[in-house]
Amino acid sequence: MGKVINIQPITRIEGHARIAIHLDDAGNVEDAFLHVMSLRGFEKFIEGRPAEEVPRIVNRICGICPWMHHLASNKAVDGCFGVTPTPAGHKLREVCQVMAHINDKILHFFFLAAPDFVLGPDADYSVRNVIGIVKEAPELAGQVVKMRQLGQMMLERFAGKAIHPIAGVAGGFAKPMTREERDELLASCKTLLEFALYAMDYAKTSVFAKYEETIATLGAITTGFLGTVDGSGALRIYDGHFRFMKADGTTTDFPVDQYDQYISEHVESWTYGKLPYAKCWNEGFSMDLDDPHGIYRANTLARINVCDHIATPHAQAELEEFRDKFGRPAQGTLLYHWARLIELVYACERSIELLEQDDILDTDVRARVEPKAGRGIGAVEAPRGSLIHDYTTDENGCIVKANMIVGTTHNIAPMNMSVKQAATSLIKDGVYDETLLNKVEMAVRAYDP
Amino acid sequence: MGVRIAEEWLHSCSGCEIAILNIGEPLIDLLARIDFVHIPVLMDHKYYGQLGGDSSLEIPEAEVGIVSGGVANEEHLEVLEAMRASCKILIALGTCATHGGLPALMNEWGMEKGIEDYYKTATTEKCSVPDQVVPKPLDRVYAVDEKVKIDLMLPGCPPNPALIAEVVVSLLEGRDPVIPGKSVCHTCPTRREGKGSVKSVRRFVQNAQYDPDKPLDEMRCLLEQGVMCMGPVTAAGCAAGRGAPSCISARVPCRGCFGPVRPDGNQMLDMMNALASNGIDWKTVVDRRSLLRFSGAHGLLRPLPATTTTKE
Repeated sequence: MGKVINIQPITRIEGHARIAIHLDDAGNVEDAFLHVMSLRGFEKFIEGRPAEEVPRIVNRICGICPWMHHLASNKAVDGCFGVTPTPAGHKLREVCQVMAHINDKILHFFFLAAPDFVLGPDADYSVRNVIGIVKEAPELAGQVVKMRQLGQMMLERFAGKAIHPIAGVAGGFAKPMTREERDELLASCKTLLEFALYAMDYAKTSVFAKYEETIATLGAITTGFLGTVDGSGALRIYDGHFRFMKADGTTTDFPVDQYDQYISEHVESWTYGKLPYAKCWNEGFSMDLDDPHGIYRANTLARINVCDHIATPHAQAELEEFRDKFGRPAQGTLLYHWARLIELVYACERSIELLEQDDILDTDVRARVEPKAGRGIGAVEAPRGSLIHDYTTDENGCIVKANMIVGTTHNIAPMNMSVKQAATSLIKDGVYDETLLNKVEMAVRAYDP
Repeated sequence: MGVRIAEEWLHSCSGCEIAILNIGEPLIDLLARIDFVHIPVLMDHKYYGQLGGDSSLEIPEAEVGIVSGGVANEEHLEVLEAMRASCKILIALGTCATHGGLPALMNEWGMEKGIEDYYKTATTEKCSVPDQVVPKPLDRVYAVDEKVKIDLMLPGCPPNPALIAEVVVSLLEGRDPVIPGKSVCHTCPTRREGKGSVKSVRRFVQNAQYDPDKPLDEMRCLLEQGVMCMGPVTAAGCAAGRGAPSCISARVPCRGCFGPVRPDGNQMLDMMNALASNGIDWKTVVDRRSLLRFSGAHGLLRPLPATTTTKE
């Protein structure tokens, strides 16, 4: 019986997880696991709640992407009550969702992931963090802190709360956007676009260029992908339909309300996280590194892979450059970071596009809503992957049953595989150190769980 | 050397940690005066040594400990106890830590039943509940002060960044923090006209009545408009540094996310009283127990066999 290396907690991620690397007597990796250690069970405790209250309950699933849960939930409640949001209500929801992506990407890339690249995976743990970056590269850090704050505060000023939002409501939105608010948001989004283009350029020249080999190899696995596109195949993050892509590049498109015919969730005894897989591929579930079954990935790299194009110019140019370099679908796990920055550019461009449309100022922001029995399925692309809320209500419009597949969940099986791949290739004959163990974590961090 | 701070999250969502970051640029100045020695969301200090070989969980010693989230499993409890042992002053940050927060809605069923049902959703394969390696759930969700002594409570979902900064600065300066002690209504600019003709409260399925081009002080109090609003029974704090309660700024009613005005208050009973004393029929509130949606720890939300039966 060999020993177990216990990386606990996994740090610079959102949530509670640990990595256990099991070594054999010779000190080589026998197996490795990512254990999800916590479970709150929102699906259960929204039972009995008036459905229109649920969007301001489930936002607490995630403090980093509360807007995504808030809006997927609002869509599901619309479905239960049989209501279509007014055009302005729809647009206000989308612009908030897209703006919320901006902050998230700045947070993840610069605050959580960047220390591994800017300070290096071998930097001492006490400085390998955003505080270390503040000391090491104060100018960059100052800029990043300012831009993230701008992104958070613009949402808060317009919608009351940036964390755990309340402004989306069944039937649309709780308040219209005034002209002054629009002008201010537009100016902020233009500043953020400039920063996004700078960040993309900075990452390509000063980060990715230095780590080409790591990017190609660390945590590398071969899987399918899931994302959202529109009728023309363009990247969408607020609405559209789902697209599965197999590792060989073949695709299957399906409406979000048929998700339960395409996706199933496997359960293992050693993790609280469920492990979704592509039921529609009819190959079952297996995390075997050489012969995986049903495994697909979600989140930035997946979306960038499944879309045919991006409808905004700067992001489209970045997509073309990315595809020339890495092909389609690109499989390198650390390419999630690169794809994340392409989406940062898209989110800024799309926000500007929406804010420049004058009908976003229309004051008819909420359709008439009456609580009743029904079923509704709402989906958006959360930063961490396709997010699905599925509710059933009784005649009083209260929840009787709920199912959710949360962005991060799609990547639980792939993260396990990446951890095993990274650990197996890095740890030989019982030799390992802090740097190697941090590299195993870097394979997890790429997924931004 | 600055003041050493350790931070942990338990049964939580990371919103409290994002609220810490939302202090924004002043945080950069604060960082010159404090040293984080443990904060999993930002920093790589590990429980069992950096090589993962130690046998007992270790949190570095710190002058100040901050803990977010409630306590719902054995690992949360172990981490909380280690935080208490290592930190001179322990702060409960956010309403999950101070009152259980939203996850304590599970206390209507209990953790075991809730988890069991979570693994029975439509898309989940037939399975038994995971029980290897993962920490065992406790019977229910607890606030942190039900388990260890807490020196300072700062609620909010999320907590207000301006108040987090105030607490940290006051500790650095060796003085008591200035934290609002009244209700959300005391910080609300909406227009109150006194007792009116409202006899019932309605669900928020239509927007409030207001002119979007006019400021908040020209909108009538939402409760007086007949909209269920929990401002009267909720601790102030969300308005600090921004001039108006955050939900009211979005023209939506308060749902109580800072917990009760008195730390040991009961938001459901207090709200029923507030409605009754204004001549409003409290029976018009749908799902009354969810008025405890932010404060269901401390034994306030419990499984009720009768309620469970009617729900099934």
